[in-house]
Amino acid sequence: MNKIWLIVQREFLNRVQKKSFLIATILVPLIFPTIIAGLFWFMIREVETAKPEVVHVLDESGKFTFTNTKRFIFIEEKGVIDSAKKTYSATKDFALLYIPSFDLSKPDGFTIYMKENQSDEKISGLERILEDRIRDLKLEQYQIDKETLAGLKTSIDFKQVNISDTGEEKSSNSMILKILGFLLGIVLFVFVLSYGMQIMQGVIDEKTSKIVEVIVSSVKPIQLMLGKIIGIASVGLVQFTIWIVLITVLSSTVLSYFGLKMPQEQMQEQVMSQVDPEQKEEIQKVQSDKMNEVLNSIDQIPFTKIALVFLFYFLGGYLMYGALFAAVGSAVDSIQESQQFQMPLMLPLMISYMSVFTVVPINPHGSLSFWLSIIPLTSPVVMVARIAYDVPTWELILSMVLLVAGFIFTTWVAGRIYRVGILMTGSKVNYKVLAKWFMIKN
Amino acid sequence: MEALVAKGVTKRYASHTALDDVSLTIPSKSIYGLLGPNGAGKTTFIRIVNQIINSDAGEISIFGEKLSERHIGMIGYLPEERGLYKKLKVGEQLLYLAQLKGLSKKEALDRSKKWINKFEIKDWWDKKVEDLSKGMAQKVQFISTVMHEPKLIILDEPFSGFDPVNAQLITENIFELRDNGSTIIFSTHRMETVEDLCDHVALINKSKKVVEGTKKQIKDTYKSNTFVVDHKGSFTINGSASIVSQKPLEDNFYQTVLQVGTEHSPNKLIAELINLTEVHSFIEKVPTMSEIFINLVNGKSDE
Repeated sequence: MNKIWLIVQREFLNRVQKKSFLIATILVPLIFPTIIAGLFWFMIREVETAKPEVVHVLDESGKFTFTNTKRFIFIEEKGVIDSAKKTYSATKDFALLYIPSFDLSKPDGFTIYMKENQSDEKISGLERILEDRIRDLKLEQYQIDKETLAGLKTSIDFKQVNISDTGEEKSSNSMILKILGFLLGIVLFVFVLSYGMQIMQGVIDEKTSKIVEVIVSSVKPIQLMLGKIIGIASVGLVQFTIWIVLITVLSSTVLSYFGLKMPQEQMQEQVMSQVDPEQKEEIQKVQSDKMNEVLNSIDQIPFTKIALVFLFYFLGGYLMYGALFAAVGSAVDSIQESQQFQMPLMLPLMISYMSVFTVVPINPHGSLSFWLSIIPLTSPVVMVARIAYDVPTWELILSMVLLVAGFIFTTWVAGRIYRVGILMTGSKVNYKVLAKWFMIKN
Repeated sequence: MEALVAKGVTKRYASHTALDDVSLTIPSKSIYGLLGPNGAGKTTFIRIVNQIINSDAGEISIFGEKLSERHIGMIGYLPEERGLYKKLKVGEQLLYLAQLKGLSKKEALDRSKKWINKFEIKDWWDKKVEDLSKGMAQKVQFISTVMHEPKLIILDEPFSGFDPVNAQLITENIFELRDNGSTIIFSTHRMETVEDLCDHVALINKSKKVVEGTKKQIKDTYKSNTFVVDHKGSFTINGSASIVSQKPLEDNFYQTVLQVGTEHSPNKLIAELINLTEVHSFIEKVPTMSEIFINLVNGKSDE
């Protein structure tokens, strides 16, 4: 055990002392929030400082009166469309809007002339102005009171409540949990894969530098393999912890810079300022209800449980795949040669990665989701993504027990291949050879 | 006491037998040459002693005790396929390898400093191995093999890849280690090494031990009782000795090769020769290890 500890230390220090570790550990949490915050900042700036666009209007129907808004300034054109086009062409203005005479019941023929392709958002802003006006005209024509119409408008939004077997009720927070589970599933996939590859690389390095025979004369091959796997796992945990701390600190700094407002809220305000005040109130009410609900459900998210489940599946999945990647590394002399043996490892990983997007969100309690989160090869990624959907406790326990059994099994299998493989250089290896190594008695 | 005694060690793989009932006795404080062509089973035997692999049958004892895990620290092993961690600094490397052999951190530090000074490579302590010249790396490799002061040192083809200067340095250190009480096992197919260094020798061929003993015993066993005589004036001899060849040198000098029966002593032959010719030199023609080795291996393969 003492020797495993020495190897764990060595493997850990080897990696942590590298510059690339420092760079990756510090820059990743710095870069991504910075990019996102930067993009939001520029977007908001752009909307805030944007000059209103000048729109020429040729209204042949005579049904419209345009008032200038914050976003658009309207210039009325007279005469025929050809002359209007000429006038517009001479300017650098945003667009020329042509409104022909139209039948109110079947409005069409509206055309917008522009110098270059413009953002859909601006164009639909103009469209909305026309639509609103035509709607008002229609209301007049059908003699419908505006208030009656407002009264007709119905919006239903379920309040989601889960009832447990004991009759206990709690409001469901599926949306946030779903996103969280989805993200954690992907993070887990990336972690298992990248650290698994590191193990393989490490084993290949030891083999090609020919240090391995010196080492196995001091320790048992299985000790060397476990020491390496555990050493790299601790690198992963340290890196993950640093990331979480850095991201927390950073995001709170960024948020305080925005005056404790989430960037989305700022955007919302921008949008709201363009909606007419009548609707604004209504929207705000709905929004604040929604907001309260979301905040309420964030409160109820069992963060500790999710963190523990994530940690468990990270370690379990990592240990299981780590041992297999070590075995692959021991069997080959170079990364290129390892391709053929990586395939069967990549397949279940890819399946679980895909199901995070497809199977789990579509039918989280279906039998496919169930089996994928029970079978050890796919369970780490899938169960973490599925945990959002209130997985029954017995399923969770079964999956965890099987995962533990799974990594003990793969470690055993991998260990048997590893002990032979690390001493074999220059031999051509295929699955039959691997099976032979596995069968060799100690 | 014997440093290592192997009895009937056998190792079988699916398609072939790597070691077949091999028994060896390696005396303490000897330099023991384990000879044999490539693929004879030398490395398999060494790996079994290092407990990298297990034997299928037979027993090995080290200094009177049955070989077990706690002997790992007593053995220093320089494998034929050897190397170091390229990205690791020399100092870190030595400390790590010594600690794996069971030394405490402090012991490891003291010993590695001592050896680094002895080999005059103190300045390299903080250098990465990948930045060292090949010769320097070889010195580090040797230090890592012996720094835990093993009682049994196993060197598998130690001079392959070593430059002559390092080979000399290592030879000197091997003698010094032997004088300080270590036992050294040499595995090699290069005979000159054996001739120069070893006092005991075993020959392994095709998974079996062919011969074992001190260098002298083996030479005595395989000598052909042949003598080379330089003399003035030709002669013929009958009875006890027969002339294998006789060639003229210059000025009436000849060189004659004579073979006698096993009961015949050199003195007796000289006495006979003195009566026949003027003897200028008289040398017993002792076979080199190389000759014995090749004869035995070829003899075996004729079967």
